[in-house]
Formats: sequence, C-alpha cells, structure tokens
Amino acid sequence: MKKLMLGNEAFARGLFEAGCEFVSSYPGTPSTEVTEYAAKYDELYAEWAPNEKVAMEAALGASIAGKRSFCGMKHVGLNVAADPLYTAGYTGVNGGMVICVADDPGLHSSQNEQDSRHHAIASKVMMVEPSDSQECKDFTMAAYELSEKFDTPVIVRLSTRIAHSQSAVELGERVVPPTKPYEKNPAKFVMMPGFAKKRHTVVEAKLAEAAKYAETSPLNKVEYNSTEIGVITAGNCYLYAKEALGDKASYLKLGVINPLPIDIIRDFAAKCERVYVIEELDDIIESHCKKNGVDVIGKELFGWEGEISQAIVREKILGEKAETMEFEEPVPVRPPVMCAGCPHRGLFYCLSQLGVYVSGDIGCYTLGATAPLSAMDTTICMGASISALHGYNKALGKEAEKKSVAVIGDSTFMHSGMTGLVNIAYNATNSTVIILDNSITGMTGHQQNPTTGKNLKGDPAAAVNLEDLCHAIGIKSVRVADPYNMAETKKIIEEELAKEEPSVIISRRPCALLKYVKHNPPLKADPEKCVGCKQCLKIGCPAISIHDKKCVINHTQCVGCGICKEMCRLDAIN
Amino acid sequence: METRSIMIVGVGGQGTLLASRILGSVFLAQGYDVKVSEVHGMSQRGGSVVTYVKYGDKVYSPVVEKGEADVIISFEQLESARWLPYLKKGGKLVTSDQMLDPMPVITGMAVYPENIIGKIKDMGVEVTSVDALDLAEQAGTAKAANVVLMGVVSKKLPFEESVWQEALEQCVPAKFLELNKKAFELGREEV
Repeated sequence: MKKLMLGNEAFARGLFEAGCEFVSSYPGTPSTEVTEYAAKYDELYAEWAPNEKVAMEAALGASIAGKRSFCGMKHVGLNVAADPLYTAGYTGVNGGMVICVADDPGLHSSQNEQDSRHHAIASKVMMVEPSDSQECKDFTMAAYELSEKFDTPVIVRLSTRIAHSQSAVELGERVVPPTKPYEKNPAKFVMMPGFAKKRHTVVEAKLAEAAKYAETSPLNKVEYNSTEIGVITAGNCYLYAKEALGDKASYLKLGVINPLPIDIIRDFAAKCERVYVIEELDDIIESHCKKNGVDVIGKELFGWEGEISQAIVREKILGEKAETMEFEEPVPVRPPVMCAGCPHRGLFYCLSQLGVYVSGDIGCYTLGATAPLSAMDTTICMGASISALHGYNKALGKEAEKKSVAVIGDSTFMHSGMTGLVNIAYNATNSTVIILDNSITGMTGHQQNPTTGKNLKGDPAAAVNLEDLCHAIGIKSVRVADPYNMAETKKIIEEELAKEEPSVIISRRPCALLKYVKHNPPLKADPEKCVGCKQCLKIGCPAISIHDKKCVINHTQCVGCGICKEMCRLDAIN
Repeated sequence: METRSIMIVGVGGQGTLLASRILGSVFLAQGYDVKVSEVHGMSQRGGSVVTYVKYGDKVYSPVVEKGEADVIISFEQLESARWLPYLKKGGKLVTSDQMLDPMPVITGMAVYPENIIGKIKDMGVEVTSVDALDLAEQAGTAKAANVVLMGVVSKKLPFEESVWQEALEQCVPAKFLELNKKAFELGREEV
C-alpha cells in the first residue's frame, strides 16, 4: 500500500520497520516530526530529552544495551550533541544507532545556515542522504544495517525540502532484531587515553572499509542519458537537476555522503564531457572531486548561500529562464509576528518602554526583535541569552547590570539556559534573567518539555519547578509576573533591575494557541471614543489595524487578551 | 502526463497545510505521482506562507519556481500580488478576497495596495475571487475558509466530486467533517 508521507513521517516509519526500540530527541525545525511520528507507534519508546546532547547520550546508552536506537535534531542541535558524537565514533555501537540531522538551507527557521556534513567528516561517522520520502524510509533502514556492519553510529542527513515534503511511500512490516547481549568491554566503551588511542586506529580502519563499501553501495545511483552534461549530486539537489535537465544530462546521485566514494566518481566523470557538482551550502562533494584530481564545475556557478532550485539549475547550466509577470505596485513584506494574544507581547512592550539591553534567545520570542517592539539586542544560540548577559555585565560593570536583561523561554532554559544561570550565581553578576514561561515549546509546534508535567506521549510526568530550581542554583530573588498585566510586570522588572543581587523573573502565561487555554470574547474598538491616536498599534498585534483613522480589531484573530485595552488612554477598547 | 504545479499561498495560521494535504490526497487517489512541500516553524507565526503541490507521471522537485505554477490558490489578496510572479503564463488564480494587514502596514511603514484583484485581472490573468471567509462563517466557522477554497478549486480541476469528498474524509478529523463538507459545498456553488 502506498501512502503520502512527509519525509519526516517516512523516516519515523523507517525507524518502526527497522525495529528501532528507543528514540530520544530534542525538537528543532525541520527535524521535529520524525520524533513526533515515531511516538505514535506504541511499539517503540520515544521521549523528548532536555537537549540534543542528552538525547544522543541516551540513544548511545540504549545502543550499548543492545537495542536499535535513534536520536533526531536540527543542524544546530548537532553542535550541542557534537561532544558525544565525536566519541561515539570511537566507541561504536552494540545495537544499531541512527542519528537524524536536518539542515535548513535558506534559513526557513534557523539562526544559521551551517552544513552538517562537516560534522560527519570530522567525527569520522558514516552519513547517508535521502532525496524523497521513500528514500527517507529506505535509507533509515539501510543506516541500521550499516551501523551494525561498520560498528558506528550512522547519520541520516535531511534538508528542509526533504523533511517537509510529502511523497508516496510503500509500507512494510516491522521486524525487531534480537537484542544484542551486552558484554563488558572497557577497551571499546571506556574512552580514557590508553583505550581511546587504540580505538582511533580502529576508527580509521572502519572508515577505510566504509569507503570501499561506498564504491559499490546501492545507495549511490548512476543514470546515463546524454553524456554532454554530467551531474554529481545528492539529496534534494538531485531532484532539482533531474527536473531541470531531464534526459539532457547523466547523473551520479550519491546516497553515501561520508565516506564519499572516488572510483565511481572518476568513472562517471570520465564518461561525461562537462561535469557539474550540484550541492547546497558547502563544497563537500566538489572539494572531494578536486582533491582527487577530478575536474568539476560547482560553487563558481551555484554559490555558497541559500537553496538551489530547478530554476537555478536551468539558468546556470542551460541558460534558460521562465517568463514571469510582476504585480505593478510594491508589495509590502509580511514578516512573521507574535500571534494575537501571545503572552510574550506584553513583556516585550515593557522592555521596549524601559529601553534596556535585551540579551535574547531562540524561540517564538525572538520575534520581540521585530518592529514595533524592537526589544532585543542579540540572539545567538540556545541558552546564550543568559551566559552572554553575564559576560556583558562583567565587562561593563554595575551600571550595565541595572539596564540589561536576558530573555529565554521555558524549554530553552531547560535545554541550556540553566547552566548560564549557575554561572551568574557562582561568578556573581547582578544580572536579571526573565524566563518566558508559556508552558510549552512553542516555535517548533507545541512539544512538551521538563517543565510542563507531561511527556512526549502526553502522559503525566515529573515537572521541574522553575522557582525551586532557580533558588537551588543560588538565586534568592525569584518573582513571577503575569505579562497580560503590563503595569505590574513593568514594576517588577524595574524593582529587580535595581537590586544588588542576581534575580529571575518568571513571566508566566500559557501560549495562546494551546487548546486548553480559554479565550475571552474578541474585543471591539468604539469608533465614537477612538480618536485614531494609534497608541494601540505600538504593541504590534496582528489583529489591530487602523481603517478610516479608527482602530479596528479583527474578530477572527482577537482572543481578548486585553493588552490593547491597557494601551488605550480613552477607554475605547472593550 | 507532464507535471502540473499548484501553489497555495496565505498567512501563517490560515490553514494552508490542510488545503495542501487535501489536494495531495486527491491527486494520489487519481494515480498520479505527488509531491507536497510545506514550510513549518518561524514563518507559520503570521508570516507569508506557501505550500506547493505537484502531480504528474513522475514528480522530481517538490518546489515551484517563478513562472511555473498552473494554479495559485491564495487565501489573502496581498499574498496573491506577492506570489503572482510564480504563475505560469495562462495560469489561473483562485483567491479569497480577505485582506489582512501585515505588520509594516499596521505600523504605517507601508501601504496596502488598492483593488489588487482588479489590477491582476487587468493583466489578463484568469482570476476567480470569492468571499471565502463569509462562506466559511456560513458553514459554521471562519477556520473553514481553506476548505471553501478547495470547493472552488474542485470546479477548476478535471476530477469527480466524489474524489474530493473522499479526500476530505481522509484529511479532516471526524468531528469537523460535516462542517467542512458544508464549507466545501458552499465553495463549489460559488463557481
């Protein structure tokens, strides 16, 4: 039976059919749904870990115990998990271990555009890359075989277009291999220098074997048509090339990305007149070719940034461009905004009023940086808001401490914010940290986290008490604010900034999109009272606009949070 | 059959994902190879969103590029103007006449163009415009505007109504099915 599946859903199906029994991940676009779909199968255990490092270590533990295991993350998540990854390359596995990393060329929902293939090369771990949903399933299953054959974790690399595209998938049955018995083997699993040195020799030998395998792997495919143009490519770029060039080119589609084969590349290149390497982001395949003396054309045509597409391939290789029409007037941009009723809005309005330095973080609340709130100075990576604020305050001293805050979401705080808070308490800056506790992991689409009291499967779970945790870390001043009450929230921030000690403010309101959140009826602006002063527009609510010089509230969007009511000096909104 | 391309454009939160899934099921049921491409994450927060649905004997690229779309289904007028360059010459535009001010317009930094639909028609584009929001509210909820538009589109594509009904049953949760069937019907009646 064929079913239309997202790449991520097909990946989860591959985990299911391959007999994976343990899944631990941290959400991150575009990888999140692999784990969410995996959790729908009762036959396998699945969990959200507090961060990617914990997830990967848990998956390695399950592999050591003899089960097939999995962890999934976005590209930047693999940086967090790089520590266990690089040594897991040395220890190898017991039960097969597969890692999903989803890159985001074009930065649809990310803070950088890094190419995760570098991690596979640097950690000396095998990597494969599928190019549609069927391959997401097939390559995942193949990755378990490779993991067990070469005694290594295997990374399956996705890109946004593969992870978030649906195509037809043929379903099969689940087959669970017998649990491999655990046998104590310190020389393999205790990575202290004496043992690790010997394992490095093993790693190099495994990699050489894997390179031999790559020469004949069924995951690499050669297709000869016209040999005037030869294309060496992988993943989604294969699809673009194929759509743009069809039979006008021959293709070497690489499924095994690390280690890359060379004999089949040489053979293919020798048969084609002009050979192009089409790959997004960095020149991994191209430099491999050039290093081995194979003459190819790549980055000089396609560049290093953003996504490639069939239109780009058509233009760069064939010189053809589609005819297009343009709307005659400028079309205003539509950047993402905080939702109507978003609890972050009130908090950011207070911060914009106070004019403080805001050390930001990763989540929906990064949108606090956008106009009209414009209340963010930095956003770097998960958890950096708190640690970077400490550095900023140490560097500039007492005056800075009174005019700066860090903002971080509940899930991001659990991920890697709390270690920064430990540093603030331990190394003593009078920093003010605001935890935006909306009771869910918002941006990635509502995943549970260690503070929500529920696990991935939706069952009751232990909940971290943020107040107690902050106290235990050594922060004495911990206060809770309701961001729907802006006057009080602003007062609390001012008081905490003035204190000669570190403090935490928990800005607490559940995300307005959560199903259990009861909304008030939509508000209305009274055109008799409204004078069109536009004060209500300063909060940047997408439900409010001005028409005929009067405030109009869109009733399909408004959830009655009342922030605009607080803004209105004429009591025109009710 | 040569690959045909449909784009669904709108504002994050308007339900473009469900619409793309309904189309995907219809084409799959007709025996075509299908690709549906979505974008999740940041842009879903009230930003301009686009999903692509492509079908044919064999579909390779999941994305649609400028000048390639046979049909654009737009949930909002400004988005129709924004994505117009993606329409193929001779392609069709089905659009809701809903208008949602983006933040630069709300803050007075930009102007929402007037009479967008009329201007696109004047360019010689075949445009079908409906008050999808009003029809959806007649069906019971503003949230069903996406399915109203599916009703309109169903009249523009050469497939039996029953195929669409089956796709609705597959894609819509049972408790909202009746409401969405009504929204679909109201959309069909508009054409």
